[in-house]
Amino acid sequence: MTLQESGAPRNDWDERGWNRDKSVARSRLGWIEAIANLITKTLVITEVEVRKLLHDPTDLLLRAVQPALWLLIFGQVLTRVKAIPTGNLSYIDFLAPGILAQSVLFVAIFSAISIVWERDLGIVHKFLASPTPRAALVLGKALSAGVRSLVQLVIVYLISFFLGVHLNFNPLALLGVVLIVLLGAACFSLLSLMVACLVRTRERLMGMGQLMTMPLFFASNAIYPIAMMPNWLQVVSHLNPLTYQVDALRSLMIVGSSSMYELGLDFIVLFVTATVMTLICARLYPRLVL
Amino acid sequence: MGIVEQTDRQQNLGNQPPQGDRPIIRTQMLSRYFDRAIAVDDLNLSVEAGEVFGLLGPNGAGKSTAIKMLTTLLPPTSGRATIAGFDLTQQPTQVRRMVGYVPQALSADGTLTGYENLLIFAKLYDIPRRSLKSRIAEALEFMGLQDAAHRLVRTYSGGMIRRLEIAQSILHRPPIVFLDEPTVGLDPIARSAVWDLMLELKKAYGMTILLTTHFMEEADTLCDRVAIMDHGRVVVTGTPTALKASLNIDLQSGESATLDDVFIHYTGKLLEVGGSFSDTSRVRRATKRLG
Repeated sequence: MTLQESGAPRNDWDERGWNRDKSVARSRLGWIEAIANLITKTLVITEVEVRKLLHDPTDLLLRAVQPALWLLIFGQVLTRVKAIPTGNLSYIDFLAPGILAQSVLFVAIFSAISIVWERDLGIVHKFLASPTPRAALVLGKALSAGVRSLVQLVIVYLISFFLGVHLNFNPLALLGVVLIVLLGAACFSLLSLMVACLVRTRERLMGMGQLMTMPLFFASNAIYPIAMMPNWLQVVSHLNPLTYQVDALRSLMIVGSSSMYELGLDFIVLFVTATVMTLICARLYPRLVL
Repeated sequence: MGIVEQTDRQQNLGNQPPQGDRPIIRTQMLSRYFDRAIAVDDLNLSVEAGEVFGLLGPNGAGKSTAIKMLTTLLPPTSGRATIAGFDLTQQPTQVRRMVGYVPQALSADGTLTGYENLLIFAKLYDIPRRSLKSRIAEALEFMGLQDAAHRLVRTYSGGMIRRLEIAQSILHRPPIVFLDEPTVGLDPIARSAVWDLMLELKKAYGMTILLTTHFMEEADTLCDRVAIMDHGRVVVTGTPTALKASLNIDLQSGESATLDDVFIHYTGKLLEVGGSFSDTSRVRRATKRLG
């Protein structure tokens, strides 16, 4: 009966009471409902990852080691030699937001490896055969990388606190940090997903991940100011989303630091990057199972 | 029973009256090419509501490609299909709501519990919050998995995982379920348990089941009708009984034919031939992951 509205012929199997779960009504979603549906389904996909993490948090704990080493060893040494001009900030203050951005990058850039694994089994097939919007499938994965990154955030804050970094604990600033971390994680995990859809094997994705990490990290303002770079590298840095993520984090996390760009611009760059990547990935994702 | 020539290469041995005018699955000239290779060539199927329909054929015959098209995973190169009244390519979201799908490869998540695997799909298929718990409990009971519900799936046996996957695919009570090689890699006991379940599904929910298999015994036990595929084409369609009977007429021998004989007769090959490296490694890897 309702089926007729959607232009399909009246079906016996509908009259028999299939589809009581208002599925058919949903076939004529208004755009508000469509967005609500997108958000709900994104959260369901994220819930999958969160539940996995709760079952086995080993991976998370292991990932805490790297930022700790960067801050404790690299940070301590370079703070002492004062080789890098960081204006009114001490080097460790300058470095802490960069290391947070780096941990987020590392978590996100390899996040699609699990997706290739799920593709090799039949898990991706089953999600794609469900009525879940494609954008929700990829956004859910992006948000999962964000949730993992929030754990890194807590770790970096803890270590930074003990190292005497001048952290800004203003609730609004903290909220901003969370938002920027989620956006940054989304950008780079979607990049990872995009590459996964193109290269299709774990080995190649690992290689590509390594290949991308180096330039993304070093051609950014994560561990030294852009002003130190040769001109051509400065241009590259301005095109690197990580630069904007670090810039935003630095101005939000550290007392007495200011944004190189405007905070608004940082946010817009990350938001637009994540949105465009979502649209691309939503198109590419179904091709994983071809 | 005479052999009805449908086209020059496809035969219909149905002993049922002519097909109803509204089959629940209908494909017309559905084809899929990969680069130049033809995976499925002009597939014309018509499956009635409530039927258990089997697609038979050796590895590489195009069965999985056909199922992937019918579940909207793979866009057809040409041709069209309607699933429960919805057009496959024009209304993919509606089609997805009307079907359940059990892929050939392992599709339950080993790092979650059985309950969580069901919960996620219940949410993705918009099962209302108030009936979420009861629906999952019912599915667990139906599949005999209540006791294992809160164990991680990687501790399950192969048969339990298959049952869980079937449970996932029927949570939203779809009128149609597609199963791709549902019993491949299972031991005989688990296999017959899955068979019983599928017959039970048909009885309890009146679901239409379309499955692919290369086990003749499976087709013989489960299917109301089968289509034998070879090189992307359906070479013959009919009830298992009619197919076997037709062969006896052909052979003019006293012994009754098995479905295996039918298969060899129409495809000219033994079943064990074929199977690409990637097929094999995928199935093996799936099995290994469970261990």
